[in-house]
Amino acid sequence: MSINYSERIPNNVNLASNRTLQRALEHWQPAFQDWWKEMGPENSTALEVYLRTAISVAPDGWAHYDHVRMPDYRWGIFLAPPEAGRKVNFGAHKGDPAWQEVPGEYRSTLRRIIVTQGDTEPASVEQQRHLGLTCPSLYDMRNIFQVNVEEGRHLWAMVYLLHAYFGRDGREEAEALLERRSGDSDNPRILTAFNEKTPDWLSFFMFTFITDRDGKFQLAALAESGFDPLSRTCRFMLTEEAHHLFVGESGVSRIIQRTCDAMNRHKTDDPAKLRALGVIDLPTIQKYLNFHFSVTSDLYGNEVSSNAASFYTNGLKGRYEEAKLADDHVLDTSEYPVMEVVDENIVTRQVPALTALNERLRDDWVKDVAAGVTRWNKVPEKAGVPFRFVLPHKGFNRRIGAFAEHHVSPQGQILSEAAWTHQHKQWLPVEEDHQFVHSLMGRVIEPGKFANWIAPPARGINNQPVNFEYVRFS
Amino acid sequence: MSAVQQTDAAQARSLISFDTHPDRYNHWKLDVQGSVATLAMNVNEDKGLKPGYKLKLNSYDLGVDIELHDALQRIRFEHPAVKTVVLTSARERMFCSGANIYMLGLSTHAWKVNFCKFTNETRNGIEDSSRHSGLKFLAAVNGTVAGGGYELALACDEILMIDDRSSTVSLPELPLLGVLPGTGGLTRVTDKRKVRRDLADVFCTTSEGVRADRAKQWKLVDHAAKPQRFAQAVSERVAALAAQSNRSGGGKGVTLTPLDRTIDDAGYHYEHVDAEVDRKTRVASITVRAPGSAQPTDVDGILAAGAAWWPLAMARELDDAILMLRTNELEVGTWLLKTRGDIDAVLAVDQSLKANQSNWFVNEVIGMLRRTLARLDVTSRTLYAIIDKGSCFAGTLLEIALSADRSYMLALPDEPDESPCIALSDRNFGSYPMVNHQTRMLTRFCDDEQPAEATRARIGEKLRAEQAAELGLVTFTPDDLDWDDEVRLAIEERTSQSPDALTGLEANLRFTGTETMETRIFARLSAWQNWIFNRPNAVGEQGALKVYGTGGKAKFNWERI
Repeated sequence: MSINYSERIPNNVNLASNRTLQRALEHWQPAFQDWWKEMGPENSTALEVYLRTAISVAPDGWAHYDHVRMPDYRWGIFLAPPEAGRKVNFGAHKGDPAWQEVPGEYRSTLRRIIVTQGDTEPASVEQQRHLGLTCPSLYDMRNIFQVNVEEGRHLWAMVYLLHAYFGRDGREEAEALLERRSGDSDNPRILTAFNEKTPDWLSFFMFTFITDRDGKFQLAALAESGFDPLSRTCRFMLTEEAHHLFVGESGVSRIIQRTCDAMNRHKTDDPAKLRALGVIDLPTIQKYLNFHFSVTSDLYGNEVSSNAASFYTNGLKGRYEEAKLADDHVLDTSEYPVMEVVDENIVTRQVPALTALNERLRDDWVKDVAAGVTRWNKVPEKAGVPFRFVLPHKGFNRRIGAFAEHHVSPQGQILSEAAWTHQHKQWLPVEEDHQFVHSLMGRVIEPGKFANWIAPPARGINNQPVNFEYVRFS
Repeated sequence: MSAVQQTDAAQARSLISFDTHPDRYNHWKLDVQGSVATLAMNVNEDKGLKPGYKLKLNSYDLGVDIELHDALQRIRFEHPAVKTVVLTSARERMFCSGANIYMLGLSTHAWKVNFCKFTNETRNGIEDSSRHSGLKFLAAVNGTVAGGGYELALACDEILMIDDRSSTVSLPELPLLGVLPGTGGLTRVTDKRKVRRDLADVFCTTSEGVRADRAKQWKLVDHAAKPQRFAQAVSERVAALAAQSNRSGGGKGVTLTPLDRTIDDAGYHYEHVDAEVDRKTRVASITVRAPGSAQPTDVDGILAAGAAWWPLAMARELDDAILMLRTNELEVGTWLLKTRGDIDAVLAVDQSLKANQSNWFVNEVIGMLRRTLARLDVTSRTLYAIIDKGSCFAGTLLEIALSADRSYMLALPDEPDESPCIALSDRNFGSYPMVNHQTRMLTRFCDDEQPAEATRARIGEKLRAEQAAELGLVTFTPDDLDWDDEVRLAIEERTSQSPDALTGLEANLRFTGTETMETRIFARLSAWQNWIFNRPNAVGEQGALKVYGTGGKAKFNWERI
């Protein structure tokens, strides 16, 4: 019996008449369902969650909100509308018409880019699958599930590209995306940061604030791609990604709010006292920020990278907001500063801009993270609490790139092994911190109620009240 | 690299030497536990042999390979109990990414070829030790392996690859760099591993390569194991390979003491070998001296002599001289091969080699001689053997003359007692096969058994010029009146000819008859690879090798040649 995928899968890719795609989906869709059952949010199949579903690409009405059971979520396939006459906007092919098919020359490179991006989507769902059991409110539970189903949809988006444009290899890679498992030592996800645990909600909010922001910048760079279907796919994904960043930023902000309230009410900044009050002291939040910032920083790769350079020259992956930048978009003569360690000193050196594109994207991301941290700092500022959050130095706690073999303090000093061993516990969460944060995690599912360690949001989702029944337990 | 004893002038030329010791390795860790040696690659990216590149991602340059070569020598001689060698990486998720591309980009063509030749010889040496010494090699590929890294694995008896769903094996030279694998990759994939040629075509044109499951399916690797089971699988394969080993060594090894070498403007000087260099005429004279004192004849005496035993000491010195000249004296294109000393002393050593060859150490020394002579065979220099008064080209040392492109033997018809002689021993009939797996004798006669057998009948006889010429063992036999001019003219004529064409000619003529995997590897290196490496499509301003890493795009001349 043939399934009408067009009905089950909202799309704007003419699925009904695309036999290649239908054949691929016949195999992949059941496998995806199985994966979701096995690795999606734990104990969630019966829940009715107030979710938004992408149903079109119209700017004013692309999302539809309703209570749905997640296994029945209609993961759709949407590409941003085509831009008439779009060109390759950078690199050696600059000025050529954007490619509507994969150029054979770039087949394996493009496939690798798409697989690497695609692999992060199910990975984060896997990393977060236990968190529904310890949600601080129905509002937050709904938000994490929203993030999860949309990561699922982003997987679909990447799989669509693999199915539609890469033939048999693409289908095999699409299957492999469902076979890898975050943190499985035999079969791990591709990128290290996506094999880390997301054990608690503070980590989850940090992850969505910081690591999903890496996703935003990677997608933005791919949205510039000369391979038009990839560009259009990523542009639409970016509209959804904004909500994930919001969940992270507002989540941490609400934790800070709650802690500042307790600090004022009890006139203390003593972490021990604050912990006894059941809120997360600000230095611990800073440690989590340090950890997630440094681990995510590694995702951009080496400061100087020939891969990044050839991705750019070949028109596959641009810079952030490439089309809005005013330069030659070829970069064969310009330079860009990167840091490196020379004789135990951190120095800045100019390198060919083409080879420094990882660093440039990382710098764009750092700026964006820093702006979010500034917004967080408004919370203690308003509350009259003197504490301010700061981003650590780019070289702090790195495993990849110029700083990988060095210990760097958050302030940017090179440290000896001994000094690092002595001091790093002040900067990174230690077991005791994890245990404390973990001890706060308990499930709150009464509409309008919130766990003690987090403040309620200013407003609800889709103009619903904060005490709306965002998740129904039927 | 080690400090090399040399004069200031030599220092100014910043010589490369091949001396090192496990205590000084920058890039490898050699760990021997009972019958298993583990060689773990952990390349120090800041310790490149030359400035201008970083050895990232366990990529290698000549310095890394010099240490590998040294480690293999240590295992052969200093660790006789070892039956299995595990080649692996000390890094996670990266076995070896092959030769460093930036190093290749910065190198002259001559450097690249010389580098490739040495790495090829080291890999052939791995196979040689497996074939003749019972040392079995396991490549424990615990991460991504590319290019020269895979070629290193290919030289091992077995390849076990980690199946972590992301590590890949690849030969990306063609799609990424516009060249071919330079260390036997193509040839071993088909000849040794029997990968079907259409699959090899796909494999060698896909830059990202394939993961373990497909690698196994296509026979690119022998075994695959999940990360959790990898260590266990390594132990299992080590045990299985050890069972195939006939290495019988026990007890103490023989320490390879540092070579006693002096370098000055006149050349490279050792106890038993002297390489005199005339940079003006571009000619080197390599003189090998027969043992100057009585040599031990039984195993105990031989083991007691250790690295000082003449055949080993001489072979190590000759090997080093060949490498030093090849690496540091590029324009010295003609080597005159000479010997000095007592023929009977040389033949006596051959007797000892024969009588004791079942002993592990004697067997390893024979291996060292075999590999050193093989190095001479593939050296891109004109080799003329000069068989003059006082020479002792006998048995093992006659192989040196047989490796030459030509030989000149002095005839003294009026003074038969003063005539230089050569002599054959059983060593000339199977102990030192060339890389074509054939004796130099049979290769000399283009696989024609009859003249080769005729020489065998003369084992032990001292043969003067006329007899040697009659047997076809020497090229020219000028008498004392003609000798000086004949030899001088021959050298001057040779040194005036195109070095490229001579390299091609010599490589062609030295390996007559049947091809083997090794001859194919070297032939392809000196023909195809040298040509591709020299073409604008690789090394022109916009050639693939030149623009690699810059982000630039290669521009090809599309004409097929």
